[in-house]
Amino acid sequence: MQKSEIKDIVVGFLMDEFEIEENLIVDDAHLINDLGLESLDFVDIVVIIEKEFGFKVQREDMKDIRVLNDLYNYIEKNM
Amino acid sequence: MKRRVVISGVGIYSVLGKNIEEVSASLYNGASGIGLDEARKEVGFRSMLTGILERPNLKELLSRRQRIGLPEQGEYAYVATLEALKNAKIDMDFLEKNEVGILYGNDSSSIPVIESIDRVRETKDTTLLGSGAIFQSMNSTITMNLSVIFKLRGINFTISGACASSSHAVGMAYFLIKHGYQDIVLCGGGQEINPESMGSFDGLSAFSIRHDAPKQASRPFDKNRDGLIPSGGGASLVVESLESALKRGANIIAEIEGYGFSSNGDHISVPNEIGPTQSLERCLKDANKAAKDIDYVNAHATSTLVGDTMEARALNTVFGAASTPISSTKSMTGHEMWMGGASELIYSTIMMHKSFIAPNINFETPDEDSEKLNIISKTTEKKLNRILSNSFGFGGTNSSIILSKYNK
Repeated sequence: MQKSEIKDIVVGFLMDEFEIEENLIVDDAHLINDLGLESLDFVDIVVIIEKEFGFKVQREDMKDIRVLNDLYNYIEKNM
Repeated sequence: MKRRVVISGVGIYSVLGKNIEEVSASLYNGASGIGLDEARKEVGFRSMLTGILERPNLKELLSRRQRIGLPEQGEYAYVATLEALKNAKIDMDFLEKNEVGILYGNDSSSIPVIESIDRVRETKDTTLLGSGAIFQSMNSTITMNLSVIFKLRGINFTISGACASSSHAVGMAYFLIKHGYQDIVLCGGGQEINPESMGSFDGLSAFSIRHDAPKQASRPFDKNRDGLIPSGGGASLVVESLESALKRGANIIAEIEGYGFSSNGDHISVPNEIGPTQSLERCLKDANKAAKDIDYVNAHATSTLVGDTMEARALNTVFGAASTPISSTKSMTGHEMWMGGASELIYSTIMMHKSFIAPNINFETPDEDSEKLNIISKTTEKKLNRILSNSFGFGGTNSSIILSKYNK
């Protein structure tokens, strides 16, 4: 899967599932400070990643994901 | 310290209507909220009868995080609370500046529990349950969610007392306020209506199977009843010290004058006569009133033979000589269970304000116990100054509450 496809899927679920406005969803957006996500939301991101990308996320891995680009890279690496 | 306690706000989301105005009309008209859910037959239910209620759409009202922890009955409770706070003239600014508590009745949250177990069994991975499941699954789901949504900082817990849960919640709030521990407590009850929550109850053959006439199926006190009908929704009351309500310029809907409770200490599902009688007598004593002072009794009667019979005998013992008018609004709503205590107090306040007694519809043929009571089967115009509402539950838990019109 191309990184652009990964981005499209992630942007889609951030907008649909997390109701985040599209203009906030940029590559260097901080998940907590800019997108307003909180610790409980990371539980739901784990669920969605497994559903959308088909691999199991270790909850500990999420600790290193700070901005959206980290998330795209993490998904790309594990696909 | 003994203070007077009043109700300064009410809100309802029930099978009789989605707000006080709609419910008032249904009560007056003797409308039934019962229908058929044919899907229940396919999943092995004996009865397809249920209260019919659609879930509210909360997307415009609550954030994703606020919605994700709310189960079905929490949604109903939230909508009812919005109405109760609005007519209590309490807004978010007030809630942020003043301590308000919450005591709500709830005794199950089936769907989130069932879905979580199914998913873990299928995936062998608990992380896939998502972040909302735990908050939806617990019995305290309503109080934990509403206390966060409305920024409540007073007493905060759920009362699980079977079908008397929310009546006890109001009773406990009354005690806390009467004795000076709280000024305002949001009270109420929520009841899920989904089939999954009712399967085990259906399995006891406790539900009516009058499938050919759903609106005639709930027949409390009638000789030809054949069981109760499960129902649900949300009912909220703002319970407040008189002093606080007057200070805020609130519209005082009713005064809570008495709370009585008892436990049968007997059979887990079969009620008796003495427990409910004690609850009624204690309630009258707490209010310092006699049976003749009560203008109307909203009975617990659910349309089961043994439950109705035991309550009829208790009512006859206490109210027989006074010939007090009695009806069970469950004839219209079905059995709202955890929510029933709170909702029936609200139905009673509506009757007090509009000066009528809502009918015990479908009461056509008395039996040897109900024939001794003054059961009102047609809407009756009557000035009501003081009412008593009964709620009883499995395990023999009993609760009675007296409300009166507020007089200075």
